Amino acid sequence: MFFQQLVNGLTIGGVYALIALGYTMVYGIIELINFAHGEIYMIGAYAGIIAIAAAQTLIAGGIPPIAAVALALLAAMLVCAAYGFTMEKLAYRPLRHAPRLSPLISALGVSIFLQNFIMIAQGTRDKVFPHLFENTVAFDLGSVRVSLIQIAIIVGCFMMMALLHLVIQHTKIGTAMRATAQDKTAAALCGIHVDHVISVTFMIGSLLAGAAGVMIAMYYGLVNYSIGYLAGIKAFTAAVLGGIGNIPGAMIGGMILGLLESFGAGYISPEYKDVIAFSILILVLLIKPSGLLGENLAEKA
Amino acid sequence: MLEIRGLHVHYGAIHALKGIDLRVEQGEIVTLIGANGAGKSTTLMSISGIHAPSSGRILFEDFPVEGMRPDRIVRAGISQVPEGRRIFARLTVQENLRMGAFARSGSSVGNADLDTVYDLFPILRERRLQRGGTLSGGEQQMLAIARALMARPKLLLLDEPSLGLAPILVERVFERIREINRSGVTILLVEQNAHMALHLASRAYVMETGRIVISGDSRVLVGDPQIKRAYLGEMDIDTTQKPTRSA
Amino acid sequence: MTDSNGSNSRFLKSTVHVLLTGFGLALLLLPFFPLSRVLLFTPWLLALTTLVRLYPLIRSHLRIPKRVRSIVPRASTGSTCIASTGLGVAAILAIACFPALGNRYTVDVGVMVGIYSLLALGLNVIVGWAGLLNLGFAAFYAIGAYSYAILNTRFDLPFWPGAVLGVLTAGFAGFLLGLPVLRLRGDYLAIVTLGFGEIVRVVLNNWDSFSNGPNGIMNIDRPVVFSYTVRPPYPFYYLVWITVFIVYFFLNRLYKSHFGRAWIAVRDDELAANAMGIPANRFKLLACIIGGAIAGLAGVLYAAKVSFISPESFTFMESVTILCMVVLGGMGSLRGCIVGAVILVTLPELMRDFSNYRMLLFGAAMVVLMIVRPQGLLPPQRRLEA
Repeated sequence: MFFQQLVNGLTIGGVYALIALGYTMVYGIIELINFAHGEIYMIGAYAGIIAIAAAQTLIAGGIPPIAAVALALLAAMLVCAAYGFTMEKLAYRPLRHAPRLSPLISALGVSIFLQNFIMIAQGTRDKVFPHLFENTVAFDLGSVRVSLIQIAIIVGCFMMMALLHLVIQHTKIGTAMRATAQDKTAAALCGIHVDHVISVTFMIGSLLAGAAGVMIAMYYGLVNYSIGYLAGIKAFTAAVLGGIGNIPGAMIGGMILGLLESFGAGYISPEYKDVIAFSILILVLLIKPSGLLGENLAEKA
Repeated sequence: MLEIRGLHVHYGAIHALKGIDLRVEQGEIVTLIGANGAGKSTTLMSISGIHAPSSGRILFEDFPVEGMRPDRIVRAGISQVPEGRRIFARLTVQENLRMGAFARSGSSVGNADLDTVYDLFPILRERRLQRGGTLSGGEQQMLAIARALMARPKLLLLDEPSLGLAPILVERVFERIREINRSGVTILLVEQNAHMALHLASRAYVMETGRIVISGDSRVLVGDPQIKRAYLGEMDIDTTQKPTRSA
Repeated sequence: MTDSNGSNSRFLKSTVHVLLTGFGLALLLLPFFPLSRVLLFTPWLLALTTLVRLYPLIRSHLRIPKRVRSIVPRASTGSTCIASTGLGVAAILAIACFPALGNRYTVDVGVMVGIYSLLALGLNVIVGWAGLLNLGFAAFYAIGAYSYAILNTRFDLPFWPGAVLGVLTAGFAGFLLGLPVLRLRGDYLAIVTLGFGEIVRVVLNNWDSFSNGPNGIMNIDRPVVFSYTVRPPYPFYYLVWITVFIVYFFLNRLYKSHFGRAWIAVRDDELAANAMGIPANRFKLLACIIGGAIAGLAGVLYAAKVSFISPESFTFMESVTILCMVVLGGMGSLRGCIVGAVILVTLPELMRDFSNYRMLLFGAAMVVLMIVRPQGLLPPQRRLEA
């Protein structure tokens, strides 16, 4: 039981962490809770499924499973980055200097729009992620069953997080993102094109969410146009738990939330799984709003 | 080199600049002095493209730059050391400096420049892997100046480099500014420390509530009784004392 | 800052006091009633003790120093006042005559417009006046509706006492949720309220013995006035709109009093308001209580109208829709709330034929509205910000 929940928790936690990164990066740079980020994740899942279906019909004899997964990930990341870019440009950039509430409502609008857009385009019924692998159990110890997909998700998440860390810490654009997050005016005075950096931030965050969408579609086998909302809120919880605006915080927050949820479902009750996440969110905000690794935000109050 | 004609800036309902005319010639040090809220920083921020002017022209090397994007203006050759330094506290000293060279393409470009500014400010070399926020006030000011130099500006705008520094450090910073100017960089210096600024600069403009009220040779202005009373104090003052206004 | 810390600790004390008294009363009931009934009554006891506890607070501390009254300008008078009075009379006549022109269906829509107007008015106190973004407002609506529904179907409590208890409970929930408000910044608050809304919904959905889970509660009684049952749509229409007018009138008075001015001061600059001697925290809390209570009232009316409620009626989308009514009408404006409710209730009804695209357009419209006219259709006339 314990190990089973541990593995399940790490799997789901990795996915939360990937989505949470998008929230935290965007919040860090423009202090916006991008409510539409959950929908980007949902779009990623759909893009992955569609890409595989397209490849399987176009290429005679089908494609090997590994290639299919790679294709799905690639397609989802590209599509999501495009959506992230467009979303920022159309719905948030015109509101850069508006009162805080305006971009937030705009984000809610984008979220509703995207969700209904996919509902109309893809229908209300669940979409099935193709069954790619025959033997999916990596090891089976009687009480503990770990599937290949779980291992792939956990490893994949860690790889993407490591890659992101490299980009943020050691490239010019990554440094510019950190600089812009700290002081937009000073960044502009250094010759950094701030709008460009914000676009890139949205694209990277969206791309990670897209990858998370494909992973979750592969894990559960089913996706629906409405999955973005709950996943989005939970990933946001993870971001807040780790300290919003803090990138390692989002990674840790995602893992912790995934584990808590998984153990909560296992030991308390699966129905209240979602309540656990929300209660954690409220508790963290009440006790330590800056999160585990965040800077002290209370000063800005 | 820089010419401003009839510059007006509004913040919402507030008319911050009411028709500024100003010239800076190649190789000069020009200072812009005046009290808090006179519009000095607004002038610099308009030159750098952070605030869009409501009317007027800003010509840099006879080329209009008003309303241009801030990063393009940096690329054109105007760098600013903003008021309060505004270094990136959570970036290392070296990262701060590399950000200064952001607008210039190519990744190797920075290394030679890094050496140049490290030679100018040796303390920064020692601290290059430290986070900007851990530096002392004087070191942060030097970092801010060094960061602006990384863009290889033709014109350097300095906003209150003496702010919050001990007198001995102010001397040192001003000495560096003179050195930078000698290496061929034109300088427009905004200061509340009128005494120091007038001694450093060749020409000066005095601002009051969004207008330029006096301009001329700084040696003449130092002797001007009106300036003395309003900005320098009547007695021989020490450099830390903030100029006070009677009006 | 020390002042705000002091008032925080006083608040903590009074909260503890409320909880202790409430649970104490519940314990007193325990020998005479079975535990399950006592548990059900506990929230109402807590609500009552909150009210008792808060009454002197409201009286003594919400009085604003005279100098604040002289600083904050009075509402404008003169021609605009006359014009708006004329418009108001016309609006009242239109609302009163509407059932004569419509059929059962349109009057039924009219009832829903009234209920949503109440919700928008309640949310406006929290978001528009106190400046606290709330994304879980449907929770108060649900609490009001479920309070009445449970009291009525299980304890045979008639409408009027049930309605009072429903409003009290929702107000108490506003108080509970209001406590974190004292500490949190704008968008964090949005998320906390969102989480609160979801928790309420998920609990209602899963706690079968309490709320009958997703099946909801059926056969809720209609209101009875002098042995006459008020049924939808026609008589109920008037009941709802009379309630809307009473609430509107009450809020209008409140807004024009120093309460309203203090809220605006707190919203625009909390630090300055505190420095002026306006107890910002208390005003925020009061806004949450009033807003919650009004939503509770709307919930009671809704439960009595449809006679069947389930958690499905109180989703996040519901909260967003109410927020949009406030924003569309113009934040802080009472007339705007009604206009927003009218538009956002009737428009979807008119668009039933292409209902698929309805929400798509709704989302896009929110973005466009924010870019084109962020202040809404009818922003408040008295603009206190520079």
